[in-house]
Parts: sequence; C-alpha cells; structure tokens
Amino acid sequence: MHMADALLSPAVGGCMWLVSAGTIVYCSRRVRRELDERRVPLMGVLGAFLFAAQMINFSIPATGSSGHLGGGLLLTILLGADAAFLTMASVLVVQALFFADGGLLALGCNLFNMGFIPAFIVYPFIYRKLEGDDPNRKRMVAATILSALAGLQLGPFAVVLETWLSGISALPFSAFLLLMQPIHLAIGVVEGVVTIALLRFVHQARPEILARPRGDAPGNALLVAFLAAAIFTGGALPWFASRHPDGLEWAIAHATGEEKLKDSKRGIHQTLAALQTRTSFMPEYAFRSPPKRVSDNRQSAGPEEKSAGTGTAGVIGVLLTLGAILGSGVILKKLTHPALR
Amino acid sequence: MSHHIVEVKNLRHVYPDGGAALQNVSFRITHGESVAIIGANGAGKSTLLLHLNGALLATDGEVRIGDLPLTKKTLPAIRRTVGMVFQDPDDQLFMPTVHDDVAFGPLNLGLTGPEVEQRVHDALERVGVEHLRNKAPYNLSGGEKKRVAIATVLAMSPDILVMDEPTSGLDPFARRQLMGLLREFRHTKIFTSHDLDMVLDLCERTIVLHEGGIMADGPTLELFRDEELLSRCRLEKPLSLQGCPVCGSPARTS
Amino acid sequence: MGSIDGALLDFKRMERLAAGETALHRLDPRAKLLATFVFIGIVISFDNYAVTALTPFFIFPVVMATLGGLPPRYLIRKIALLSPFALVVGLFNPLFDREVLLQLGGIGITGGWLSFASIALRALLTISSALILVGVTGFTPLCRALEQLGTPRLFVVQLLFLYRYLFILTDEGIRLSRARGLRSFGGRGLGIGSFAPLVGHLLLRTWSRAERIHGAMLARGFSGEFHPSRECRFGAKELLFLGGWSALFVILRLYNLPQLLGTLVTGIQP
Repeated sequence: MHMADALLSPAVGGCMWLVSAGTIVYCSRRVRRELDERRVPLMGVLGAFLFAAQMINFSIPATGSSGHLGGGLLLTILLGADAAFLTMASVLVVQALFFADGGLLALGCNLFNMGFIPAFIVYPFIYRKLEGDDPNRKRMVAATILSALAGLQLGPFAVVLETWLSGISALPFSAFLLLMQPIHLAIGVVEGVVTIALLRFVHQARPEILARPRGDAPGNALLVAFLAAAIFTGGALPWFASRHPDGLEWAIAHATGEEKLKDSKRGIHQTLAALQTRTSFMPEYAFRSPPKRVSDNRQSAGPEEKSAGTGTAGVIGVLLTLGAILGSGVILKKLTHPALR
Repeated sequence: MSHHIVEVKNLRHVYPDGGAALQNVSFRITHGESVAIIGANGAGKSTLLLHLNGALLATDGEVRIGDLPLTKKTLPAIRRTVGMVFQDPDDQLFMPTVHDDVAFGPLNLGLTGPEVEQRVHDALERVGVEHLRNKAPYNLSGGEKKRVAIATVLAMSPDILVMDEPTSGLDPFARRQLMGLLREFRHTKIFTSHDLDMVLDLCERTIVLHEGGIMADGPTLELFRDEELLSRCRLEKPLSLQGCPVCGSPARTS
Repeated sequence: MGSIDGALLDFKRMERLAAGETALHRLDPRAKLLATFVFIGIVISFDNYAVTALTPFFIFPVVMATLGGLPPRYLIRKIALLSPFALVVGLFNPLFDREVLLQLGGIGITGGWLSFASIALRALLTISSALILVGVTGFTPLCRALEQLGTPRLFVVQLLFLYRYLFILTDEGIRLSRARGLRSFGGRGLGIGSFAPLVGHLLLRTWSRAERIHGAMLARGFSGEFHPSRECRFGAKELLFLGGWSALFVILRLYNLPQLLGTLVTGIQP
C-alpha cells in the first residue's frame, strides 16, 4: 500500500514531505539526546533485518495465500517511537530509491502512513495505553493485536485520504475506502499474530531485549504540529488548488505581476505567441478540460465543440515528440559511447 | 616498555543469566610476545579476548594494560593501545567504503585531513590492499575483508594486536598470505584460534582454556606434544605434528 | 519483486551501474538529486487530463539514462515490474468518469481514459527518473548529498548502516528460507508455526550482530559522534546542469509542445 507519485498532487505531496522531514529532524535530535550510542548500529541492522524478514514468507491457513512481516509495530515495541520511526524511514527511503516503491515525492506520504502512524499514533495512544503500567501476557497480546489492526486501518485510510485530496484518481472517497479497509483488516490480523509470535520468541530467548527502557512517550508538540499540518492539507490546500487549478502558472503569473501569462511579450513567450497566432492554435489546448472540481463549467464548453482535428494534431504531435526524444537518445548514445557501436 | 604488558589477575566473568564464563584466569604477557589462546568451543576464549579492551568488564579480578588498570575511566586510553580484530570482518567493516572504514578510527582519535589520509594509506599498504580503497566492503572477498579489517586496526597504531580466529573461513592461499602478514608485525600479538597449525607457526607461547579456566600455559610445542592434555581439552595435535597417514612419513619435530 | 534471489541480484546490479565512470556519474550528487525533484514536482503538477503535454518530459529519463550508460532494456523491464498500485487505482478512472472529452477519428475518448493515460505517464516518468537517479549516482553518494542538503547526520548514518547490512542480512534471510523450503513438503511447515522461530532467530542474530558492531566501533574510539563526510564541489557544471534542466521543465510545463508541433505539421485548425 505504498502511495505513488502518480496519484499525488504537489500540494498534498509537498505537505506530507514537510511533515515527514520535520519528524525525521525531531526524532534524530531526540535519539541523539538520549546518548545511547548503542542504538546507532542497532537501528541500522534492524532496518536491514526488516528487508531480510520480508524475504521470508509464511502461508496463511485456509486461504492458500502467503504473507510477510510488515514490521512497523515490531520495531516500535523493540526500539521505542523515535528510533523506530527513523528505522522505518530508512527502509522506505531505500525502497523508494531501488524498487521505486511509490516514488520520491510520495516518500513523504509513505513515511507518514507507515512510520509516523505506528510510532506516534498507534504506539503511544493504543499500545501503551492497553499494555498499561504492569503488562502481563494477556494485555500484551490484546495490545499487540489491536495496535496492528489500528495501524493497518489508519495507514490505508491515510492513503485513501491523500489520494482523494490530490484529486488525480476519479475513485470516489467511499468506494476507495471500501476497497482498501476490509483487505487491510485481514492483513492487520495476520500482522498482529506474527508480531506476537515473534515477540514471544524473543521474550523466551532474550528477555532483556524487551525489558530495555523504551524511551518516554513523544512530546505533544509534535502532535500539535502534525495536526496543524493535517488541517492545512485537508482544508486550505484543496481550496487553494480548486481556486487556482494551475498552481505553477498562478505562481509565475503572480511573481511576474501579470495575470495572463500568455500575454507575456518577452523572449520565448514572444516567439511562441507569434507562432500561436499564425497557426491560430487554441489558447487553451484542447486536450485539457477544466479540472474536475469546477466541473459545473464543463457543460457550457461541451465536449462536442472540441473538434476532432485537435485530437489528431495532438496524437501526431506526441508521436513526433517521442520520435525526436528516442532519436536524440540514439544519437547521444553514439556520441558518448562510440565503443559500443 | 612496560606499557605493552598485558596482565590478567584472577579474572572472573559471570553472564547476566548467572552462568560463569571465566574463573580465576591469570596470566602475564610481555612486550613483543606472540601468544595463542586455544580451547574447545565454549571454553571462554572470545569472552576472555573481549575483556582485554574493555568490551566486557570483569565481574571480579583485574585486567592491566601496561601501567593502567582497566576501568571505565581508562577505557579510551586502553582502546588506543589494544587493537582488536573481530572474528567476522562484516562486524568490523561497517562504513560505506574501505577508505572510510579505515579512516573511522583515526578520525575518532581527533586526527584531521592529511594525517588521516597518511594513516589510511599506510595501513592499507601494509596489508597490501591499497587498490581496494574505494570499494564497498560487501564487494570484497573473504580474504580481502580480513586484510581490510586488520588495516582498520593498524590505522590506530596500537601497541598490542588482539585477533579472534584470524584464519577462520579463509581458503588455504589466503590463510598462508595472512599468516605471512601477521608474522611481520612487531606488536605484542594475542590470537584465539582452532587452527593449531597456524598457532604452531606464529606463536611461541600458548594458553589452553578449558571450561572457563586456564588448563595450561607454556611453550607451544611443548603443550602440543602432550596428547593427554590436548584430548582432555577436546583438542588434537596439529596435522604437522602428526605422521602422514598415507605415506607414513614422520611428523615435524622442530 | 519476483524471486527473492532476483531482488538481491537486482540490487547488486544497480550498485554496479552506479559505479560507472561517465561525466554524469562524476557530477555532484546534489545537482542530480535536485534536478530529479524538480522534474517530479513539475510532472505531477499537470492537471488530471494532461496527456500530450507530458510526453516531452521523457527527454529527461532518456537523456539521463543514455549519458549514464544505463542499459535501456534493463531499465524498461524494471520499470514495467514496479508499483502497480498507481495503475490499479488509475484503472478505476474510466469507470467513474465517462464523459466524452475528445473525439479521435470518430471514437469518443472519455475523461476517465484520458486521466488514466495521464496517471500511467506520470508513473512511468516518476519511477524511471528515480531509478535512473540511483543508477547514475549510487546510494552512498546520494546519502552524502542528503547530508550536505541538511539531513540530520544521525539519519544519514542510519541509511548507510542499513545499506551496509542489507546484503548480509538478506543473504541470511534467503539461506533460512531455502533451508526451510528444502525440508517442507507439500506446503507443510511453511506456516506461522515455523515462521516465528525462523525470523525470531534472524532477529536475535541481528541483535547480537549489532552488539558486536558496536563493540568494534568502541574498539576504534567511537564516542557517539560521526565525522562529516568529505565535501563535494557544487561548481559551474552542476549549476548549469540543474539550471538547464529546470528551465527546460518550466518551458515544457508552460507550453504544450506536441500539440503545437502537431498543429504546425498537420495544419489542422481547431
């Protein structure tokens, strides 16, 4: 359930990036302040462990399918929230770079969905509360299962929310939610069971690992900051996006102090504007329609009015462009690697 | 040169679970000696080594390196004096490149710029792997890793070199090369090993550990001739001291 | 991810590609990282139905892969295998958005298909640019770039540690998995009953390894402080690289080049 760049709007992606980057800085400071330098190699190898553990599958009885460990909750219980977030973050960075799981911009969302939620929401507010001050086995089991479930409901919920706010996918919010949540209910149960089994094994073999001090609960400042960011993303930015469907053009127009960018009479603008008038190219290219959120306007400029010719011109233009790019690639290759030819 | 002396007095170590790993271990190693610590699996060799640079602290008894007793306070000084090469080079080489890994120690000593580079260069050249300096540790062969691991320690210019199982996991050629390398070092050397032929080649003195205590301490050749002692400690004569089973040629007697 | 051995080999192949010696490889990693970010940011800033306008952006991955000497077939295969999530979600668009927005040779194309095509293009562009970034830079230099761009050193060290032990531990995971597979018949013995001790052992071994590494660090005078890595130079070349690409992306963002080209060539007036 990695969030993907392709489904993300710059506003949502950028906002989640800021939240996640801020959390990384915050956690790094806290881990440093604890001055337990044993944590440094431990976090590193546990990140690598998560990769290795995910290479080992287990079969799920009566379903014929197989699963693997997610690990966010396990790490948080072993390391505490700050170190676990950093560890998860490092895993997700490597996944984004090498397996392009999600992508670089979606990294912000993914860090939040799979790192922040288990470490800073589920762990302090569900796990620690259920486990209580005097944890016994029953409480541990209940806390672990419920935390796994909560983590794997909140994570996908965040994915749905981020996708919906971005508005790239046309899936209605409720339909997407119905698609994601039930599947992750099952995944959550499996994750909970696996986490308990692993914790029990560790507890028997080396009880001192689980008895380590786990760091205190995260400060409230972070949560407040997060809530502010969430409200900002949830409220202000979509409004901004719908009022100014084309953020970049809007920003540039503002920066240059001109409302209508196409009127600009300098440099390449001028040449291209001249080209446009000569070929009487439509000022707003025909492929584009008003963005979804202002769909009421669409009726007035009915699709029938758009000539078939523009579509054809677009297709031919695309073919020419791609041809030119591939051609330049081949020429470049000949130029830079003559030995290969 | 009293500061190259390693002295262990009545050392006792108890694991957190209550099991005793070492009991009443005492010995004294003087400057320039090359000493092997041998014994069966679980005899306490690695635990003993870990006490020599303070990776473990004694439950009872005392470890002295030169004039300094090993305490929390003297740890930094002692870690400068005692260079420890771990058994698995993958535990030792944790930085992204060979160069960075060898530079790690000198940087921690507070050295900078050209001085660090000089040390890195010297250490890598000494073990003959200067050409690997920009490689990543996971791209090295087992023998190369071992050499780089030694270089990381040499770059700190220690006075005493401690190695856990230096020849384990090496092919015969790499083992031979490594032994040649170790023979050149003028340091005080302390090894643990199951490779008794190497011990015979490199160490004039041997300490035999058995179930956490010292069973024997003396000239290597003498101990290795004592078959009764060896079998009691779950050890065997090195092959070079056994007669050849195929051609029947006599054992080495040197 | 395919077979687990394959995933690991893939990793190593990327690492080998990143060790290349082209001019692009030698460029300061910060320039490449930032250019990729600008690229992705601009690509995803297009509106939902942008299709033609996105195509010129392929110039970036094509040129980068070529200059970096990355084998195109390998990249295409890797990209094709990756991240189906966006495409699956995108496939719902034609179901929910059925308004015909475009006529093409008598066939009406709905907004849903247009936006699906747009999502697919975005996925291709963003995924390929990220992979190429790693392929022409390598992980360790990227981490250094992150550090120089202000990422906390502790997190950079965390990334480097993770990467260092990734190969060792995944190898261990593969061996464990293989050993279990060889002794399980007809799918028996592959359940959670065997999984927990198997992975539990791996976890304990990992933990002990961390303790040994920590010991090795202490033995070499580690006192909790990592020393900064060497500076790279962000010079004129880098500035030109970053500025040139950014300018191109902004121009391509403002002008729909293919549409213009098509109109010019066909002479069709809308």
